Amino acid sequence: MMSWLPENISADGGDMDFLFYVIYYITSATFILVAVCMVAFLILYRQKPGVRATYTHGNNTLEIIWTITPAIFLVVIMLLSQPSWAKFKIDRPANPDVRIGVIAKQFNWIVVYPGPDGKLGTKDDVKLDNQVNVPVNKTVLISMTGQDVIHSFFIPQARVKQDIVPGRETAVWFKPIKTGKFEIPCAELCGMGHSGMNGELVVHTAESYKAFLEKINTKKSS
Amino acid sequence: MSDSTAAAGHDHHQSTFLNTYVFSTDHKMIGKQFFWLALVMMILGGGLALMFRWQLAWPETSVWGFGWLSEDNEFMPTGIIGPDKYNMMVTMHATVMVFLVLMPMFSGAFSNFLIPLMIGARDMAFPLLNMLSFWVAALGALIMMIGFFVEGGHAAAGWTAYAPLSIKEEYTGVGMGQTLWALSIFTLTISSLMGSVNYITTIINMRTKGMIWFRMPMTIWALFVVAILSLLALPILGAAAVLMIFDRVFDTAFFDPQRGGQPLLWQHLFWYFGHPEVYILILPAMGITSDILSVFSRKPVFGYRAMVYAIIAIAFIGWIVWGHHMFQSGMNPRLGQAFMTTTMLISIPSAIKTFNWLGTLWRGSIRFTVPMLHALAFVSMFVIGGLSGIFMASNTVDIFIHDTYFIVAHIHYVLFGGSMFGLFAGISFWFPKMFGRMLNASLGRVHFWITIIGFNIAFFPMHVLGIGGHMRRIYNPLQYEFLKDLEPINVTITLGALMLGIGQIIFAINIFGSLWNLNMKWYRKSAQVISSYLTAFVAYKFVTFYFEGLINPSKPTMVGRTFAGIVAIAVFAWIYRYLSAKMGELGEAATQNPWKANTLEWVAPTVPPHGNFGPTLPEVHRGPYEYSVPGESDDWAPQTKPLGEGAAASH
Repeated sequence: MMSWLPENISADGGDMDFLFYVIYYITSATFILVAVCMVAFLILYRQKPGVRATYTHGNNTLEIIWTITPAIFLVVIMLLSQPSWAKFKIDRPANPDVRIGVIAKQFNWIVVYPGPDGKLGTKDDVKLDNQVNVPVNKTVLISMTGQDVIHSFFIPQARVKQDIVPGRETAVWFKPIKTGKFEIPCAELCGMGHSGMNGELVVHTAESYKAFLEKINTKKSS
Repeated sequence: MSDSTAAAGHDHHQSTFLNTYVFSTDHKMIGKQFFWLALVMMILGGGLALMFRWQLAWPETSVWGFGWLSEDNEFMPTGIIGPDKYNMMVTMHATVMVFLVLMPMFSGAFSNFLIPLMIGARDMAFPLLNMLSFWVAALGALIMMIGFFVEGGHAAAGWTAYAPLSIKEEYTGVGMGQTLWALSIFTLTISSLMGSVNYITTIINMRTKGMIWFRMPMTIWALFVVAILSLLALPILGAAAVLMIFDRVFDTAFFDPQRGGQPLLWQHLFWYFGHPEVYILILPAMGITSDILSVFSRKPVFGYRAMVYAIIAIAFIGWIVWGHHMFQSGMNPRLGQAFMTTTMLISIPSAIKTFNWLGTLWRGSIRFTVPMLHALAFVSMFVIGGLSGIFMASNTVDIFIHDTYFIVAHIHYVLFGGSMFGLFAGISFWFPKMFGRMLNASLGRVHFWITIIGFNIAFFPMHVLGIGGHMRRIYNPLQYEFLKDLEPINVTITLGALMLGIGQIIFAINIFGSLWNLNMKWYRKSAQVISSYLTAFVAYKFVTFYFEGLINPSKPTMVGRTFAGIVAIAVFAWIYRYLSAKMGELGEAATQNPWKANTLEWVAPTVPPHGNFGPTLPEVHRGPYEYSVPGESDDWAPQTKPLGEGAAASH
């Protein structure tokens, strides 16, 4: 079993990994089938003295078989993908445990915390550069806007990626199930400093998250 | 146009240097002009790729061979590529390869050279427009080249030129370069438009007697559908490029969100062109491959009609899949579900084609000539590229692999493993008809093996990078903690790319050597001396490498480089010995039909004269792939041969 995908820290990330491996096994099997047939044909039917090629223009039954079979597999992949896509991109959680804002600019993620009143977009919001702090086992909703060009908010381990388009709001949501520090690279070419545009996701335990909130909120009020 | 008017056009033709080689209206000469344009641009596009690959493998070190540049060098101080120039090289590599190599080669060179010859016409429907098409393309290429020399450098916003990055100088530091880029793209779309109008008209109106639709070779079917796609898709890109010029020069705000513009508009326009574009680049290679597989299996194309319908289906569905490039772009995610459905749909015709190619090989009598090797490489590499496409067709999996090297791997398996191998197959197949000389088969084999091995070393590991999360278009992967473990893969890729790049020198030697009748006998004499020297050198290097590794194991990259160097020298020595037994005079004169192929271009004399076919046009009696017909003594029969027992009138 191949395990090249980075470790998964999102509660729903397993869905994506599952789909990845489903496609991986289907495509690998198809490739092996085609490759084996091809190599076998090349060896069996190489030019031999006195042997003529078989004169045939095709076979309709075969055409139908190899049109329908891939179609069935593709429909299965499609049906498996739709619910997960909805989970990742359409069904935005109405009542997330944590709301965070991200404002992307060349070449930083400005992370906005709600501040003492618990609401985004008010005067007491706290802004940190490139630091996304979230508690473990809570649903996090990050709503994102951009200041200049298109950036893409990518957390490989959380299986999250979303372009940030200036002039419109996009969002990602996930539920981290493991504490630790992870990187948040920008995945869309955004200019000279694109490479190295990198933030940090810190997944806290409940206690250390509380301590973090107190720290930033007191700093704000003082 | 009727046969007589076309012939009349050639009657008052006075040959001067200018109207034979420069402002020629002969489709064959225009085809050759596109051919040379594409080959020269291939050197540029490949060179750029090798340079930025160096940066990815050994970040911020002097590119090999450029260390002598001074610190004040604007382009590469001390030979190190800066992040701005890196973005420029990535952008220009893709732009050059797509717009100035693959499109001129397929929609320019092959379409021009092959369409009249393969359908039995004397020339294109509009010869003057045809000439104009090349010179406008040359102008577009010139504008693109000027961009390298203006202040601020050339376009650096990716070949997709996403707005707003591409529309304001303050975002990239690129001024005139990006505007020239857009202007050049606009010019090239005009050229393409002229070409496609010509190809469509020619194929519809000027097929010779008996050349009904279902007797056309697959190559012509593919080029026909590609011409229709170009006719409809390129004006969209042209319009988008003009809007970009307006935004940059006249201060409009089509794509500027701060003044009410819409960045996603650019993406929609670009990909609405962009998806048909990938079929513009791959369908001709598919057609060429179908033809070549049939010729060298001595067997009719399996499922000819299914193949034709598959191409036509691709041409239709190709218009409703562009959104799969934009799953993560911020467009309404519900569209993501619709576009996934259509994308899954379009992979079915590709599957049909692959299985039919296998069917063509089945129970054939396969000859492993150089064009056949490239065609077989096309099939196997395209299968990998097609299958990797299913990963990103699933919108959920795409969330992770979008904008990673997985995408880069996919596009290179389709456009290099597919289009480029199709291009090599086509060149080695039709070179005798184009220039009247055979390409050397031994050099061709060496070139093939280096290319396919180098290609797979260069591009297969990119899948692994992508799955590891490696973003595309990043300048220095060592800036990220989670990518550090993947760096050896980056080194491997670069070494593969170097092998691939160096291998193309053999291709160049083969082409020019064959054209100029190069005598390579000297090679044989020197071969023994040099190959024994190289063998000794490899042995020496191996010993020093081995002991160096024991003494100082803390230099991992040096060890990698040394090891690769040894492998390279060993490969060189082996090739040298192989060729030493085979080389003689290059450029053997080609006969009229060296491959014993059926289609009409082989009925024409080599090299085809003005008007292609002599006094009367050939009359077609049978399908293009009547090989090994039972009851006929030869295993091939030109399309002009009257129908006997057993052969099929069409498929």
